Amino acid sequence: MNGAPPAVQARGLTKRFGAFVAVDALDLDIAKGEVVGFIGPNGAGKSTTIRMLCGLLRPSAGTATVAGYDIVREPETVRAHIGYMSQKFSLYGDLTVAENLRFFGGLYRVPRAELKERMAFAVTMAGLTGREDALVRTLAGGWKQRLALGCAILHRPPVLFLDEPTSGVEPEARRRFWDLIHSLAADGVTILVSTHYMDEAEYCNRIALIAAGHLIAIGSPGELKRRDLGGALVELESPQPGAALAALHGAPGVVEAAIFGDRLHVLLAPGTDAAALARFLVAHGLTATPPKPIIPSLEDVFVRLVSRKPAPEAA
Amino acid sequence: MNLRRLLAIAYKETLQIWRDPRSLAIALLMPLMQMGLLGYGVSLDIKRVPLCVYDQENSQLSRGVVNRFTSSDWFRQVAVLQTDRDLRAAMDHGDCIAALVIPVNFSRTLYMTGQDSLQVVLDATDTNTANIATGYAQGIVAQLDADLNANWQGAHGETVRGVGTVDLASRVWFNEGLDSRNFIVPGVVAIILALVGSQLTSLTVSREWERGTMEQLISTPVTGLELMFGKLTPYFVIGLLDAVFCLGTAAFWFHVPFRGSLFTLVLTTALFALVVLGIGYLLSVRIHSQLGASQIALMLTMLPTTMLSGYTFPLDQMPQAVQAISWLVPARYYVTILRSVFLKGSSLWDMAVPVIALLIYAAVIIRAAARAFRKSLD
Ligand SMILES: Nc1ncnc2c1ncn2[C@@H]1O[C@H](COP(=O)(O)OP(=O)(O)OP(=O)(O)O)[C@@H](O)[C@H]1O
Ligand SMILES: [Mg+2]
Repeated sequence: MNGAPPAVQARGLTKRFGAFVAVDALDLDIAKGEVVGFIGPNGAGKSTTIRMLCGLLRPSAGTATVAGYDIVREPETVRAHIGYMSQKFSLYGDLTVAENLRFFGGLYRVPRAELKERMAFAVTMAGLTGREDALVRTLAGGWKQRLALGCAILHRPPVLFLDEPTSGVEPEARRRFWDLIHSLAADGVTILVSTHYMDEAEYCNRIALIAAGHLIAIGSPGELKRRDLGGALVELESPQPGAALAALHGAPGVVEAAIFGDRLHVLLAPGTDAAALARFLVAHGLTATPPKPIIPSLEDVFVRLVSRKPAPEAA
Repeated sequence: MNLRRLLAIAYKETLQIWRDPRSLAIALLMPLMQMGLLGYGVSLDIKRVPLCVYDQENSQLSRGVVNRFTSSDWFRQVAVLQTDRDLRAAMDHGDCIAALVIPVNFSRTLYMTGQDSLQVVLDATDTNTANIATGYAQGIVAQLDADLNANWQGAHGETVRGVGTVDLASRVWFNEGLDSRNFIVPGVVAIILALVGSQLTSLTVSREWERGTMEQLISTPVTGLELMFGKLTPYFVIGLLDAVFCLGTAAFWFHVPFRGSLFTLVLTTALFALVVLGIGYLLSVRIHSQLGASQIALMLTMLPTTMLSGYTFPLDQMPQAVQAISWLVPARYYVTILRSVFLKGSSLWDMAVPVIALLIYAAVIIRAAARAFRKSLD
């Protein structure tokens, strides 16, 4: 580590529910001011990890610090230094926008002299100016989410945990939400944000890929595409994609092949000649467009990484 | 514990109660309804109690007694009985709620010895009615007594001790020498407080779990004690207001005599409120569903409070085991206190035992509630 202590550091963080291992020996380092995307399929363990880091679930094993404080030994200090948005919307629908803000301002003991100004900031940020007295349950999804973010940052926490803050929110509102995340990061706030949306991953400084409780890769989107794919990716089209896929799985130099819609993505071992692939298909009596090198998407990387590291069987 | 956070929670809770029809109904309508049903029903609904007459003597005097009963507003003659078996059958079939039994030698004994007794047999399945009917019978007999005395005195220049002893058969519970309403109404107040207090708080934490707001709440630095006292504060105020309403109704509407000190009343009421609010809160913390918590709160307060507080079923006539259990019912102590404060004007010192019992109860419940809350999703 160089200089500043990490905003989040986890070592061997593990959570078991009975015999089921939801998060398995997770190591994670997040530097101050980073935006880290937490990506993984349903049930991967994203929420469980975030809840442990917020002190809401007790780790079964392992340790972690948040903002320099131990999550097991100093949970209250941790809570004073974080903002949290749970996956399920959890502000009070029967309170107004202003009442929710004032309530959380009180809980976080935001100095009274500053509270008004911070509430005004949160209202503006959420785009709710003029709707301070509206009951929160009457707001649409995007506004609710931005208000929840506003409540979570009233006390200016150095670390933010956002659990799928944009799920079920329309694209335009999602984009606005990411603008907010970046403006917070620009002020030095560290943010761990989980999401299902691959396109959102591109907005992050780094991405942590998690599947079946394991952290399978972490790095910037560019790094992941270059490094973790481990080869060149080509795309081809075939009228018989199923037969082509079966044939490709045995072809020399093919590391991985997968169907993406009506196309096939084929990962070639370093040094494999794409032209040889075309000849191989023809030799097998299959027609296909010539293989075309493409820039991998994060989805490609994700498919590749998940298939390389088989999920451990749930005991 | 931080006052700012406590107040933030108290304020938020107040807003939510204000906007929640169910909580408002429990807080405002329930006391009104219960006071009407239990307290008012007691005094008005029980006119014209069905009465069987079993006049074994059939003398001029005994017929006069029967007439006093049947011509009053309180009783309505439904049958005339001839034998003891008739009496049994009539009571068993529920033909009447009360039976007036005049012994064979009623007037002779009375004139010879100067005293005798009438018997009123009561079906005590409906204790309220039975209690009230007893009161009526006592009133009528007291009047009879006075009239007889006046006659006797006019004729003989001396007083007799009167006939005014109403004996009650073994199936009857009654409150000796007390106006039944004075006896029951303070108990009603205890029931209402227990019900309202535990119902209201049983919803407060379970609602947060049910709606998912608890997850956000416990991610903040709020402590369990702040949450508990913050949430209990508005309910405590509501509980006291309800108590003032009920106690005021008891004193000014039902005219239950109030002979004690207001300070003692308020202090003990606050103590009892704390106990019942604490019970509801404890359940709410433990049971994460509103329905479950409120049902159990209802079961845990309504049944023991009505049956085992001595509110209308005198405890000393119950089996030993049941009496032993009644010591666990906080309302038992509060009912005792209320009756003593109202009717006897007792001081805190006079009631040291029930007051200390309530104090211990409050301390134990609040402590248990504080420890039951976990800031964790585990
Ligand atoms: N309290 C619990 N008891 C038992 N199992 C649990 C509990 N909470 C979570 N799990 C299980 O742990 C696994 C990880 O859940 P988690 O909510 O962390 O996943 P996630 O990555 O957030 O998924 P999603 O994208 O659906 O939100 C899931 O299989 C889930 O069923
Ligand atoms: Mg989740």
